[in-house]
Formats: sequence, structure tokens, C-alpha cells
Amino acid sequence: MKVFVIGAGITGSLITRELSKYDLEVHVIEKAPDIGWGVTKANSAIVHGGYDDPPESVRAKFAVPGNELYDKLSKELEFDFLRTGSYVVAFKREDVEYLKKLKERGKKNGVTNLEILTAKELKEKEPNLNEEIIAALWCPTAGITEPWEVSIAAIENAQENGAIVHLGEKVTDIIVQNQRVKKILTDKGEYDADIVINAAGLFADEIAKMAGIGDFEIFPRKGEYILLDEKLKGLVNAVIFPTPTKKSKGILVVPTVDGGILLGPNAVDLPKDQKENLETTRDGLNEVYEKSRKLVPKIDLSYTVKTFAGLRPETKDKDFIIGATKVWGFINVVGIRSPGLTAAPAIAKYIAEKVLSEDLGLNLSKKLDFNPYRRKIPHLNDSNLKEWEELVKKDPSFGRTVCFCNNVSEGEILEAIRRGARTLDGVKFRTRASFGRCQGGFCSLKILEIISRELSIPLEEIKQNYENSWIIKGKVRP
Amino acid sequence: MRRENVDVLIIGGGAAGLAAAIEAKKFGVKTLLLERDRSTGGVLNQCIHNGFGLHVFKAELTGPEFMEKLWEELGNLDEVIRNNYTVLKIDPEKKEVITLSEEGIVVFKPKALIMATGARERPLNSLRIPGSRVAGVFTAGVAQKMVNIYNRLPGNRVLIVGSGDIGLIMARRLKIEGMDVVGVVEIMPEPGGLIRNVVQCLDDFNIPLWLSHTVFKIHGKERLEGVTIGKVDENFKPIPGTERFLEVDTLVASVGLIPQNELIEDFVEMDAINRGPVVDDLMRTSVEWIFAAGNNVAIHDLVDFVYEEGKIAGKNAAKYVLGEKLPEAKYRFERGDNVGVLLPQKFTGSQPFKMYVRSRKSLEKSAISFSGRTIRKFNWKIRPSEMIDLVVKNFEGFPDEVLVEVNQIG
Repeated sequence: MKVFVIGAGITGSLITRELSKYDLEVHVIEKAPDIGWGVTKANSAIVHGGYDDPPESVRAKFAVPGNELYDKLSKELEFDFLRTGSYVVAFKREDVEYLKKLKERGKKNGVTNLEILTAKELKEKEPNLNEEIIAALWCPTAGITEPWEVSIAAIENAQENGAIVHLGEKVTDIIVQNQRVKKILTDKGEYDADIVINAAGLFADEIAKMAGIGDFEIFPRKGEYILLDEKLKGLVNAVIFPTPTKKSKGILVVPTVDGGILLGPNAVDLPKDQKENLETTRDGLNEVYEKSRKLVPKIDLSYTVKTFAGLRPETKDKDFIIGATKVWGFINVVGIRSPGLTAAPAIAKYIAEKVLSEDLGLNLSKKLDFNPYRRKIPHLNDSNLKEWEELVKKDPSFGRTVCFCNNVSEGEILEAIRRGARTLDGVKFRTRASFGRCQGGFCSLKILEIISRELSIPLEEIKQNYENSWIIKGKVRP
Repeated sequence: MRRENVDVLIIGGGAAGLAAAIEAKKFGVKTLLLERDRSTGGVLNQCIHNGFGLHVFKAELTGPEFMEKLWEELGNLDEVIRNNYTVLKIDPEKKEVITLSEEGIVVFKPKALIMATGARERPLNSLRIPGSRVAGVFTAGVAQKMVNIYNRLPGNRVLIVGSGDIGLIMARRLKIEGMDVVGVVEIMPEPGGLIRNVVQCLDDFNIPLWLSHTVFKIHGKERLEGVTIGKVDENFKPIPGTERFLEVDTLVASVGLIPQNELIEDFVEMDAINRGPVVDDLMRTSVEWIFAAGNNVAIHDLVDFVYEEGKIAGKNAAKYVLGEKLPEAKYRFERGDNVGVLLPQKFTGSQPFKMYVRSRKSLEKSAISFSGRTIRKFNWKIRPSEMIDLVVKNFEGFPDEVLVEVNQIG
């Protein structure tokens, strides 16, 4: 049985990994040159509590179980995950009424440990929040992670268990015969396929159309962010939400796993043809600043490290579309907007245990030799000095610092290249080199040099990320 | 974990650190310099233009030549310098410096420490310019290293953002090497670098300088495809209708240097305006055994001044190690309204010393005063971009707190 997952974002990656537990030939096809570079790369990185999705929605069905799976998953795959908890804060009486509603809704969704705190109780835990806040809904199970790292970890582990990964390969058509999936065509070749799982994010509608399924459309919704320096660590300890609006959860203040502070996102609906519009705007960044400052007045933009924008794949009903279709073997996992990161592990299980096993009636057998563990690239900031010294004694390249802001050694960069990094962003998302306050000023040329040396490719040919993102034009003189 | 005792430990092997090592060594104390890069010299390595050393060597040297002078002065480099040592942490209680290198973790226990960690460039990303995040955006220092050390060009057509000295130098450098340099935008109404650099790097090469202009938007999908620039008002807000599109594939940003003090700023008294430690005329910080010199103390205009400061720090750190009783810094400078960068902030009054001041405003004719007493008059235009240096000799009748002001006269 040949299964093809289209898209190596958070959902596609976790599905690929889940399916690699079974005796199946599993492929994942990703059009970008690396893992997790679409929606997964730029979002709030929050594992939500799961209290605010409408109880009848598909989102609600997956958010709470997804959240629960993160503890085990983060241990097996060794990615950073912190249960920081989250607060929804109220400024007005009506907001407090809304918090009560949220609490009720949470109960229906299975989030039982929500608590409404007084301003005084809140202040003890989060002293830097606006004094005008009168109450907050505390959700202890919310957390933060690095979505691209989850994605990379899942794919590495799937590969270890036999999955075949196709990067930089674009699906061009899906051949359906007698209402059954037959073949997948790409810009690089064609493959016989029994099952196709459409986890193509923003482009999932285009993929579905290839299989003759045109009952939904994906709209890009843009969110802009401002990342602040890790010097501000502790400014907030948990995720801070305003009272939500109809459209979105609002602009948040979020601690990141490596100690920075993330502000955002706003929400701007874009036309359907702008699925690659990742531009920040003056108005958008101002909105992010003004609204996040309302939550945490101390926010000081002189600590800005960078700004960026991400896109969320939105459907008409603002809900996930997950399951089998009228074409046998073609499965949709689409419209994975917030809380997609949270839901993804549960979605992956559901695809294997419900959709494939029950709805399609496949008799899946588990591999006896499945290895659930993936080792992360060692990182000084996560290790104690004794451990690190032993590592350096074994391999001195771990004693040569390349990225000074985030203490990333040459050994880590070499390991990232061994695991598939081919670009500056490939190294950055695997090691955090050049992610810090100097934004690659000290290390980007050194990283280029290392990639060039290790892969025997000229400096001029190394890209920032995508095909046309060249960095160096050529030699000054021969 | 190996431990090593040392008398004077210097962190950073740029001009300040090397000068400190030269001076400390003269006193016969055990001196060690830790450099995180492959070799010492810091930014001097890539500054192949001339103009260095006019004050201290009375010669017009290139960066590498200046550096070699320091190496010569230091003598046996291997005895003093440890390259590829990164400092992870300074423990102020135990007086320990924890490092990572190919050797593993080495904990140094110095009697005196000199911080000579220099500055880093402010990245363009931190300025929140709207638009895409694309390849082809570099800081001036990275572009300079690319061209001068790696023998590589960053692109075809370039706009320079910010008229700091490195930006001006790079405008000229990239033009000489065949790039199309479309101009320099500067958000302030005046150039950010030295006037001599504006003349020699822009005017002489017909490169336009657009003052009160900035980048409104960055265009492109993967590699930079162009920028929208325009004029800003006195509050640096974009003026609608002034937009203009420039087709460029490269941006080089020279938008400021930031002193690097992450290792000490949690336990040493810091000056929010200099963004460096508070120091006295002996280059002591608020922590008795820690000295500091160079661009980590405040951003200087000339390497010559950094070198001189390094020497002062080296000398006094050595004296401190030898047990000499150093005079107390009983005077303190306070800033007047028009004073920006100022150092030292404290002084002993035991000997003449050099001080540096930046005026916040450009003034045609001005005078610097200490608590109302005029110290020196300037009959030429002073600007924020050009640091005033003056030697303070006579301390008679000074109050403990000296108010420094730079005022318009005449």
C-alpha cells in the first residue's frame, strides 16, 4: 500500500510520522526546499488550551486531545515544549461575562481546569500586565513550542522509520480512475499511489481540484508579528490573550521557548491570489504594537529583533475539513488554521486510526521495529557545562562557536547539514544560528563557508531559502 | 573543567583589547586575551581603507596596518592571545570567567578583568521596515567582510541605508568594485558619519545622499527586487506623495552600532545613553576588579581613541593587580540637556584625562562648559556625528558633580 502525504508542514509531517508506525510505503512530497516553510514557519507557536473553539466544530474535536499528546510527543521527538499556561484578560464588565462564557465552553470541550482570577491574583503571577485589567481566565494546560522544529523532528523520525521524503518537488496532477486515486504526477516524476493525503496548507484547494474535488476554497489570512529580544525574558511568563473578537483571538503577547517575546498577530483577509504575500505593513505593525502595549504597557520596541508575517489557511466556515472524500483514497486535511498546531498530533492519529482503518477499511498492521525516538541536535543552552565539555572532547567542533548571540557551535551546524540543511534558513531553523539579536551579522558568512566546504558547492550557489534567494553574486576579482 | 589563574584577563581582541594587553604586559603581570574569532584585530581586519592611526601613530594607515602595529607592539602573540575562546558567562561573585573552546570548558580566575567586547551592527530587520523579508539585505560590516575578506560581491545594484561611516565607506567600495550604487538614504537631516567620509566617499564618486529620507517598503519575493524610498517629516513620519521606487537587488544598512555588554550589564552600573558601563578616567567600572575600554563603553569615531582607552585600562588593571592604591573617583559628570554620549562619567582628579562628548544638536558656534564655567569654544560647526574630545587638566574648584553642557554662542 503506497501512501503519499502532500505537504510537509506541521500536519503533513505529523501524519507522515504517524503512518510510519505502520507497514505502509509512506511518502511525503513538499514543494518547498525544506520542511515546515509554509504556514508552519510563521505563527504564534502556541499549543492552545482548547477552550475557545465552538463545541460543535471540528476544531474543538481535535484541540484538546492534540494538546494532551504534546507531552509524550515532545519527549519522543525531543523538541522544546513548555506548558506556560495562558490568560485571557478582561478590561470591562462585559469582558468578564465573556470569560465566564469561555469557561463554560471550555468545560464542554473537555478543558476542566480553567479558572477565573481576580486582578490581584493575576498581578502576582504576571506583574507586568496593564493595571486596568480586572480579571483573567487562566488555562494551565496551554503551552508554547517551535512549530518548524516539531515538523523537522517528525519528518526525521518518520525517515528513520522508513518514510521517503521528497523536498523541492511540486505535485502537478493527481490521476483518478473509477473514483479511486491512481497516480501522483510531480515536476520530477510520477508515482503509483493508493492513498493521497492532502495536507497542502494554503494550496490544499488546488490539490483537491486535481483529484476532482472542488467543494472548498482556501483563503489566505495574514498575520504580522514583532519579535523582541530575549533580554526581555520574564516580561510575561504565560501566553497573554485579550478578550477575543468574532474574527480572531486577537493580538497576543507570547513568550517564546528560547526566551524572546512575540507580539501579534493582526488578521488581514487577503484575496485568494495572494497566497504568497508575506509582506509586513506599516499599519499592521502599528496595530500589533498598539494592541500588545495595551496588554503589557512596558513593551519597548527598541528591543525589536525582527518583524515578519505569516499566512493562515482559512475556509468559508473557519473550520478544519478532515476526512475521506468521494474519491476513494483521497483524504483531506485542510483549512488547518488556529488551533492547527495544537490539533495536529490528534489529527495524525485520527487519520491512521479512524480514516484509514475504519472509513477506508484498511487493515493496518503496526511495525514491530518502530522507533519512536528522535534525537535533537545538541545545544549548549539546553545542556549543562559538564555534558557539553564531554561532547567537545569527543568532537572539538562543538567547541568552536559560530553564532555568538545564541551560542551555536560549528558542530551543531555540521549536524544540521548532515540532517538535510542546504540553505542559510535550513541551518537557522535547525540550530537557531542567526536567529538572535545580530540577525546573522557575525555568523552568516561563516555559515555560508561551512555549507560550501561540507557540500563542496561554491558560495555563490548557496541560497537564503528558496531557489531565487541568492546571497552572493560572484567574485570581486578572479 | 580546567581552571586557570591569571592576573589581567582581557575579553576581546580588537583595538581596545590589544592595546590593553600591550600596556598590562609592560607591568610584568600575567596577561591573557580571549578572542572569540579565529584571530585578533576585530573589525580592523576588513577595513582596508586608510585613515587609521593619524592621532596615535602620526601616520595614515589601513586597518590591517594599524592592527599589525599593535601586534608588533605586543611582541609574542601566542603567549598572550587565545583565539577561538568564547566567554559564556562572568560570575561576579566568584570572580570567574567561563569559556568555551576546542579545549572544552575553561574557567579563568583573573585578578582583574578588562571588557573590550566592542560593538555589533544594528540589523535592518530590527527597524520594522514594512515589506518582504528577502535575501540581499546586509549590514555594511557584512558587505565589507564579503568584499574585502571573502572576495565576493553582494549583488548588482545597491542602495545604502544610513550614512554611518561604514555605510559611506561601503558606498565607495562597492562603486569601485563595479556595483551600481544608486545612492544613500539618511533618515536624519544630517549625515551620520564623519564629514570627511561624506566628501571622500560620496561627493568624489557622484553618489547622491538623500537626507531626511528612508526606506518605506522592501519589495521582492525571494531576492530583493526594489525599495520604495521617500521623505520623512521632523518626527520621522513618512510624507505621503514623496515616494519613489528604486530598482535594486541589494540593500546595505549602516544604521548604527550597539555596544555589546550582555556579559556584564546585569551586575555593572550601566549608562543608558552610552549603552555602556559607567567608567571613570582610569577606565574602571562600578565593579572594582572590572575595567572596560573601547566601543563597548560608548561608540567612538576613531580607532585611535579606542586604542588610547585600551592602554589606560591595561595600565590601571595591571596597577590594581600589583596592589597599587588607585585614587578614588570622587567627581561625577552630569549631562546637560544637549549632551548625548559622554565619557568618562566619573573622574579621580588625580591626573589630566581625555573626555569625549557628543552634542545632541548641530551647532554653528558653541562652547562646552563645566558647571557654568566655559572650558573650550568651538568656532566650527559641531555635529552629533562628530565626537568632541578634550583634555581636562585643571580640577581646581570643581564641585563633586560637574554639569557638562554644550551651548550655542554668539
